Amino acid sequence: MLLYDQRYRSITIQIFALFLLMLGAAWLIDNVISNMRLLGRSFSFNFLWQSAGYDINQRPIAYDSTMSHGRAALVGFLNTVILAILGCIFATVLGVLAGVLRLSSNWIVSRLITVYVEIFRNIPTLIWILIFGAVMAESMPAPSAFRGDDPASSMIFDAIAITNRGVYIPSILFTTDLGALQLGPVAPSLNWLLIFAILIGSVFANRALIAHATRTQNATGIRPKTWWKSILIFLVPLAVVKLSLGVYLDYPELRGFNFAGGTHLRNSFLAMWLGLSFYTGAFIAEIVRGGILAITKGQTEAAFALGLQPGKTMRLVILPQALRVIIPPLISQYLNLTKNTSLGLAVGYMDLRSTLGGITINQTGRELEGMFLLMLTYLAISLTISALMNVYNSRIKLKER
Amino acid sequence: MRKSVFVGAFAASALVAGLAQAQSTLEQVKNRGELVCGSNTGQVGFGAPDANGVWQGFDVGFCRALAAAVLGDPMAVTFVPLTSQTRFSALASSEVDVLARNTTWTFTRDVDLSLTFVGTNYYDGQGFMVNRELGVSSALELDGATVCIQTGTTTELNLADYFRINGMDYEPVPVDTAAEAQQQYLAGACDVYTDDVSALASSRAAFAEPGDHVILPEVVSKEPLGPVVRQGDDNWADIVQWTLFALIAAEELGVTSANVEEMKTGSNNPEVGRLLGTTGGFGDMLGLDNDWAARAIAAVGNYGELFANTIGDQTPIGLARGLNAQWTQGGLLYAPPFR
Amino acid sequence: MSDTHAQTVSYVRETMLAPQDPPRSQTGAVKWVHENLFSGWINTGLTLISLLVIFWLVSGISPWLLNSVWRAGSLSECRAILDGTSGACFAVIVDRWHQLLFGFYPPALYWRPVLALLLLFVALAPVLFTGLPRRMLAFSALYPFIGYHLIWGGSLWFPVTALMGFGVGALAYLLMRKLNNLAAIFAAILAPVLWWVFAAGPLDSALYSIMPLGLDFVRSDRIGGFLISMIVGVSAISLSLPLGILLALGRQSDMVFIKTVCVVFIEFIRGVPLITLLLFASLLLNFFLPPGTSFDLILRVIIMLTFFASAYMAEVIRGGLAALPKGQYEAADALGLDYWKAQRLIIMPQALKISIPGIVNTFIGMFKDTTLLVFIAILEPLALANAIRADTNWNGIYWELFIFIGALFFIFCFGMSRYSMYLERKLKTDHR
Repeated sequence: MLLYDQRYRSITIQIFALFLLMLGAAWLIDNVISNMRLLGRSFSFNFLWQSAGYDINQRPIAYDSTMSHGRAALVGFLNTVILAILGCIFATVLGVLAGVLRLSSNWIVSRLITVYVEIFRNIPTLIWILIFGAVMAESMPAPSAFRGDDPASSMIFDAIAITNRGVYIPSILFTTDLGALQLGPVAPSLNWLLIFAILIGSVFANRALIAHATRTQNATGIRPKTWWKSILIFLVPLAVVKLSLGVYLDYPELRGFNFAGGTHLRNSFLAMWLGLSFYTGAFIAEIVRGGILAITKGQTEAAFALGLQPGKTMRLVILPQALRVIIPPLISQYLNLTKNTSLGLAVGYMDLRSTLGGITINQTGRELEGMFLLMLTYLAISLTISALMNVYNSRIKLKER
Repeated sequence: MRKSVFVGAFAASALVAGLAQAQSTLEQVKNRGELVCGSNTGQVGFGAPDANGVWQGFDVGFCRALAAAVLGDPMAVTFVPLTSQTRFSALASSEVDVLARNTTWTFTRDVDLSLTFVGTNYYDGQGFMVNRELGVSSALELDGATVCIQTGTTTELNLADYFRINGMDYEPVPVDTAAEAQQQYLAGACDVYTDDVSALASSRAAFAEPGDHVILPEVVSKEPLGPVVRQGDDNWADIVQWTLFALIAAEELGVTSANVEEMKTGSNNPEVGRLLGTTGGFGDMLGLDNDWAARAIAAVGNYGELFANTIGDQTPIGLARGLNAQWTQGGLLYAPPFR
Repeated sequence: MSDTHAQTVSYVRETMLAPQDPPRSQTGAVKWVHENLFSGWINTGLTLISLLVIFWLVSGISPWLLNSVWRAGSLSECRAILDGTSGACFAVIVDRWHQLLFGFYPPALYWRPVLALLLLFVALAPVLFTGLPRRMLAFSALYPFIGYHLIWGGSLWFPVTALMGFGVGALAYLLMRKLNNLAAIFAAILAPVLWWVFAAGPLDSALYSIMPLGLDFVRSDRIGGFLISMIVGVSAISLSLPLGILLALGRQSDMVFIKTVCVVFIEFIRGVPLITLLLFASLLLNFFLPPGTSFDLILRVIIMLTFFASAYMAEVIRGGLAALPKGQYEAADALGLDYWKAQRLIIMPQALKISIPGIVNTFIGMFKDTTLLVFIAILEPLALANAIRADTNWNGIYWELFIFIGALFFIFCFGMSRYSMYLERKLKTDHR
């Protein structure tokens, strides 16, 4: 029998498993087809081109209720991405800060951070998001409190208004508009693309400068001063852009029911952003703390013995080693945060799950197609993040020779 | 350990799982001995569990009447709380027998989603509630306002249409549940709270200072709310439909939960006789017994009583009958004749 | 000695000086404060900021918390008692705590879930604390039936007949083993299934009619609150353990196809948010079953959560497997053990032991994630909070419910995480 022959055993088992899997898949698909027929439904993605009919408050790209469900899903997708990126950044900042401070010799600070970490780690994210949403809505002043000659509340620096409908901050506008780049459904502004391109160019120029400095140091032993050149590399192009495009700040001001102008960070966004960042930050703090503790004291002492200054010890000896411990669990925290953005509906944040996976499925009744797209998109986002982070991880990994 | 865990789950599944055979909904309900009714996760006055876990409310009352008509016991109902997102698939997948969850009757739902709306148990319309301090007297003054709105409902679409047609701008604040929407509105996170007028009134009734809030006169949509069943089981749709009509007709004919027994014999109106099953044998035609309507009325009262007990003037909700009065009194309730 | 000194030196102190107190700044509270709070200006700044934060939090919350009302029938009564001052209305907790804990479980029967919970700890003890006698594992194996019977009730014979299925399976295995090993395995799987499908039900009702033993039956729609979180969390985690082990082994397998399937499954589950899986359970799972089949939402959720947890479990166990030195595998091979024997006797006992902290952490995560059930209208604590707020008496209440729910989650998860830390420390010393 094939099963008892060492040579064919593995193949036999695999073919058997493949057979079982295909049988199972066929059964499931057959069920879906007969269920769909029974309900008189068809499997089609046509609904994506039908008019959506609902409005979305946070629109990174142009959208109104006459546009299609597909467009609404795209808006939701962009909102998810925005939240995920900003959340990961803020959570990292919080986490690193808290992780380092928890190791501080300052008794009260380390206790306070411990309380923060334990409280946030042990209460579900969803509750935190709801609490942050409630704090924003309940304890901040209403826009009407800013009205009148002697208002109950006033704006910070005349630029930032914190209200119970969100935070209004100044936005950056241009007097000269270069137009927008038509890229299928999205149309990013050329002004911003230009600024990004210049910034990236500056980063590369700066890197080249530093590499040159290192080469000079290696050759002559004297490191040329670079700091003023670096500043120039970053500032000069930006100054040119500011003058040529006419950059100015648009301040929010009270008009009618609400503030107008500026950028409106809505309560829903803030609740998600803060809730996710503080929650994930608590986990990152533990990871960072663990990473630093994992480096033995001998490493520091050895670095000091070599005559390295404390700053350089941290930068050249401790951090590269700690990072190696920190990065892999950090990746999974980023993934968790990204996946948790799907809780947006709890506070009405219009992310992918609220638009495509919520209202669109509701209004069109296309659960199967909608859920299929939803899961696929989240999967793609997750795989992209882990691929990017794994590349980074393999770059800083200990190169064993 | 490993195997035993499996069996535990299997045992649990065998018990909780009800494999529905290919039988009609009526047979399923009768075999099961109880009605499974899809209800709201919690809407004041229309459907919410009380402190003892007993469901109360206007839509809940309809399910109780239906259970009384079909099974003879108004308490033989399991209420499955459904969100606005899960409600239609729960119905389509036979998880619930009937959906009584303030669901608006629309073309696409009726046709495209293959549902059957059997009638309207509450005629509603979408309105706006604002704080009196704002000094707004018409919805047309709401340009630029922040509007709190429950997602996944027709309200959202109506709102978008209304503001677009009138060339006004607004900032939607979508919320998941009615409770959340009230919270946001009371905190001032939105200027306007829009929902069905009945829901607005019931929310306002529970506010600390109901007088501080006005419901604007504009009603921007038609919202006929009614019980829904699956398409394809006409007999079951008939039963649900005529239970609703029986409650409405009972009010018109003066049959109440108190006098239903004496009306059975004491009335010389032949329609009352047919309704209460003393003549005509209408119950048999539905596949029930002839006492079905009498039991439904005895259980929750006629439409008027049910209304008065759950959402009427005397309750904290304090809704007027308005459109939901009998056609003889200027309302829209019009049960087809029992003939 | 002293004599010579006495002649040459005019004065010699013959008693020791009493030790002086260290300077005030180097001792006691002052030193501690100086070293721990005000050493250097950065530290001082941090201390001041922390004190400010604490003061801000305490001054913001304490008046509201201290001025709380514990006895009132409704929110309006609460407001009347508070008379315009700011204060918490914990009366809602007094009024509804039992719902938040047990859902609509009949109050007279609360002892049953409580007992089930206590027994759960007894059943977990031999798994979690290795010092206890191994014989207690028999109770752990029986626990699913006991727990099920305590919570749902019904006929006592139901779990008993279900349990008998294993006896049937073992019997079939023993009988068939003489003929053929492979056939015996098939028989051991097939016989219990046949028993459960055909024999268990009639036997249960027959036995019940002869000897009506059992507890009052409680329907699953009456179970809610933390009870449902516990049920869903515990059953999903315990069911996911065997599945997770298989997935972890599959991922390490040499067979390309098996490995691919396992990797795709794990990465898919870990790549999508839990909420989409829950929506799948609630909206779509019925599409994938034969037409007309429909079963309890709670069960569907447990299935999806089991898949979810098993993917994470597989990664935890894979970590445990990776931590084992290669010598252990080689030693098992050298002893001539086959794959399953080697796994069962050598690899798994060690790998699982290393993985226990990870498993506990997965459980904590899972338990916290049960709050997501609110999105598919299962009456977990947050959904009950919504239902309570929909009651006319408590319409408009908010913080008090969140605080209560959050505090309960905190107590539970904090306790579990402390336990897992303790384990981690213990296991670490074992390996050094």
